[in-house]
Amino acid sequence: MQRFSAFALVKHALSGHQRWQPQWRDATPKPAYDAVIVGGGGHGLGAAYYLAKEHGLRNIAVLEKGWIGGGNTGRNTTIIRSNYLFDESAALYDHALKLWEGLSQDINYNVMFSQRGVLMLAHNVHDEQSFKRHIHANRLNGVDNEWLTPAQAKEFCPPLNISSNMRHPVLGAALQRRAGTARHDAVAWGYARAADALGVDIIQNCEVTAIHRDAFGHVSGVATSRGEIATRKIGVSAAGNSSVMMGMAGLRMPLESFPLQALVSEPIKPIFPCVVMSNTIHAYMSQSDKGELVIGAGTDAYTSYTQRGALHISAHTLEAICELFPDFRRMRMLRNWGGIVDVTPDRSPIIAKTPVPGLYVNCGWGTGGFKATPGAAHLFAWTIARDEPHAINAPFNLERFARGMLIDEAAAAAVAH
Amino acid sequence: MLLITCPFCGPRPELEFGYAGEAHVVRAQDPREVSDLQWTEYLYQRSNVRGVHAERWRHAHGCAQFFNALRDTTTDHFVATYRIGEPRPDAAVEAGR
Repeated sequence: MQRFSAFALVKHALSGHQRWQPQWRDATPKPAYDAVIVGGGGHGLGAAYYLAKEHGLRNIAVLEKGWIGGGNTGRNTTIIRSNYLFDESAALYDHALKLWEGLSQDINYNVMFSQRGVLMLAHNVHDEQSFKRHIHANRLNGVDNEWLTPAQAKEFCPPLNISSNMRHPVLGAALQRRAGTARHDAVAWGYARAADALGVDIIQNCEVTAIHRDAFGHVSGVATSRGEIATRKIGVSAAGNSSVMMGMAGLRMPLESFPLQALVSEPIKPIFPCVVMSNTIHAYMSQSDKGELVIGAGTDAYTSYTQRGALHISAHTLEAICELFPDFRRMRMLRNWGGIVDVTPDRSPIIAKTPVPGLYVNCGWGTGGFKATPGAAHLFAWTIARDEPHAINAPFNLERFARGMLIDEAAAAAVAH
Repeated sequence: MLLITCPFCGPRPELEFGYAGEAHVVRAQDPREVSDLQWTEYLYQRSNVRGVHAERWRHAHGCAQFFNALRDTTTDHFVATYRIGEPRPDAAVEAGR
């Protein structure tokens, strides 16, 4: 792998930037691998990278039915934070946040991780009590989070409207300063490049159509649109299609897949210094380095695999944005799109072994999987390599639904993830 | 926005309706006889079909009735709507092909 550095930039400038190598090989499938990851998003590519780097498995393939990072990795609003209520969640998301802090150095790829702070607005007494509870719980878990008055929130984010004339006035805000954003495409490309350098085959346009099992029920391989591949370990990291994939091994999942929309405005000069989320009137927004305002809407009401959502859902979000940030009322939106998110009943993910030997799953991230990318990938690799969960992801198992050990971030947070 | 045909009122815009999850998920007649795994199946496991999905809707801002629908989750096209208690009209699926 050609390492990126200031020196390399100068060297390639002298040759007119004609001699850069492709960042990863366009691999063709081999007949057999030690492990196969299904799904070439950030989570899957990252899992392959950590399997190769930390667990010594080099004969690995990542199978992606489209192009890498073309699913939810390239469709989310790139928000990263770890201010979750429960101990299990705080440990999981803060594990990811700590990996984010060193990720660009680790994979020698600038993922443009920017700890610009995430401001969560409180609009009523319930919000205020709930956020303050979160702040106290977070601080007990070593996760930074602090309370701001409306004036302090306005100082931190000048475009914010804190007028008392609003339909839902801002009563205060919780601020996590270590939170922020990253460039989502760079995360997929950076992990792909780093994994490829360790020998991982990244195979695009390769859709898995069946999971094979031997006489003892252990997985023995997959059928794909590019032929049969034998393997004894399969890690499914397929987001919205997780139910479909697991169905191929005869498993029913506690998942429903919903469209989640996002949209971006025309690019403008830097005006928006942080990420703002409002759960009560449902809007969240940040500004990309390119200058576009990146806006997240809610999920549609019904399950779907269409990767688009209804217009009234995004219109609802834009109404909230216009009220919170009156400066942006006359801005035009350039693009909107949808991704399919797999939602669990408790809104917490599943990173676990399954009842099928050799089959592992990383799913259920719902509307908030991007922020966990390095952490989820790291823990998923651990689980696959050792055939047992890491202490951090042990609570995020499949059995919790039968045992009633839910990690109920849905009711606790009532948030957009 | 979807156009949904309420079996009582006819075609109306999606905004008048509430979604109510997968259809034909049956609660046990005698809950005391049911194992934890069967409860898990009833409470949490969903078929999450990629294709024709049977689901409940409620015409909340209309007749307020619940009804069932078959919808293709890869296109959001409604194949059929039918009243609660009626069997799943799979013939309509075949006819639509």
